[in-house]
Amino acid sequence: MTKLHVSTTINGEPAEFLCEPGDTMLDALRGPLGLTGSKEGCASGDCGACSIMLDDRLVCSCLMLSAEAEGRDIRTIEGMAQGDKLHPLQQKFLEVAALQCGICTSGMLVASEALLQKNPRPSEEEVRFWLAGNLCRCTGYDKIVRAVLETAADMREAAQ
Amino acid sequence: MTDIQYLAPRTLDEAIGAFAAAGSAARILAGGTDLLVQMRAGVVRPGLIVDIKKIAEMTAIEETAEGGFRVGAAVPGAVLAEHPRFGKVWPGVLEAINLIGSIQVQGRASAGGNLCNGSPAGDSVPALVAAGAIVTLQGPNGRRQMPVEEVPAGPGRTHLAPGEILVDFTLPPRPPGSGDAYLRMIPRTEMDIAVVGVGVSVTLTDGVCTAARVGLGAVAPTVLLVEDAAKALIGSKLDDAALNAAAAACSAACRPIDDKRGTIVYRTKVAGVLLKRTVAIAAKRAQGN
Repeated sequence: MTKLHVSTTINGEPAEFLCEPGDTMLDALRGPLGLTGSKEGCASGDCGACSIMLDDRLVCSCLMLSAEAEGRDIRTIEGMAQGDKLHPLQQKFLEVAALQCGICTSGMLVASEALLQKNPRPSEEEVRFWLAGNLCRCTGYDKIVRAVLETAADMREAAQ
Repeated sequence: MTDIQYLAPRTLDEAIGAFAAAGSAARILAGGTDLLVQMRAGVVRPGLIVDIKKIAEMTAIEETAEGGFRVGAAVPGAVLAEHPRFGKVWPGVLEAINLIGSIQVQGRASAGGNLCNGSPAGDSVPALVAAGAIVTLQGPNGRRQMPVEEVPAGPGRTHLAPGEILVDFTLPPRPPGSGDAYLRMIPRTEMDIAVVGVGVSVTLTDGVCTAARVGLGAVAPTVLLVEDAAKALIGSKLDDAALNAAAAACSAACRPIDDKRGTIVYRTKVAGVLLKRTVAIAAKRAQGN
């Protein structure tokens, strides 16, 4: 079987990879691209651990073929920190211990960043609704929700 | 492993040519939120995947001169939600489409995929049936149109001919005093498969219902258009007698299965209850228009 050659943009940098036509974007990220921050939880779009941004829209990379990345703009958890400087959401997750085992964390962060870009002042209900596609079996969600709300407040203050 | 071919054509003719030539082993890829899960589970092993999202009309949303809408089959729910007018004119259709899955799923999942997946419990389908939406199909023998309710043939099956692709949905213009709504019953609060889903569209003139359509999901092998329920509503002021008659018509139309989500008795009862609640929301919206 001939592999497909895909040219795309990942975290602002041009990237190329080879894939099988039936590979998912998650397969490509964790395989040839070596970006293992996105996790495979359920592989059926239920858990959100593989969340990425595709042309500024939040999607599950397990529900996307890697061939679809051709010419698109993809952002993953690896692009969230600026060098050594963590994104405020990442910093807050650490400070308030909004994680335990960590499998869901990169998906939670990518999804939370997408929320705050769309809505800098979310209510608790809006945070919980937005993150309903990100499952966490450790924390009980409270710390995660609090971390997102606190980060939103911090970012609003910093923007003033 | 089975060889898979992936194509992302830019024209509909190219897509149909490849799709028809590949026969039953081919699958259309819109958002992929059903197809990739089925591939992963080994239920589907496509020889050819035709990605239709590079075809302009598949992803377009257009308000027609008469005030209706054409919605491309592959438009994701999140994109439809951002349209400045669609949700104002068809709030019930939009809420039904937006009930499918998480934010992540909404970034990809389309009404076209929901319909062609053929699930009796697809959330967008009863609302589109109630809206009187017409689908455009194109295949090797040209274009044709079909009411949404005629598309499903049974669980996982449609009346699309071999090689035919669902191109778009046409929603009619709305007369003044119209409103629509969709409600579903699920065991959880969010993100679950409907036990019953009801879509209602009504038009009211001086408080009297002059037009109504009712779509009913998850209670039969296909989503149903319940004409007897609509007849019970039309000509009434949506009073208790009319609502009870329409609810009874919905319950009578049910041919459900027993499963872990709901029993036959439960689904049949809830179909009537949901009908009343959905009519109430649609009527309130109609009064505001």
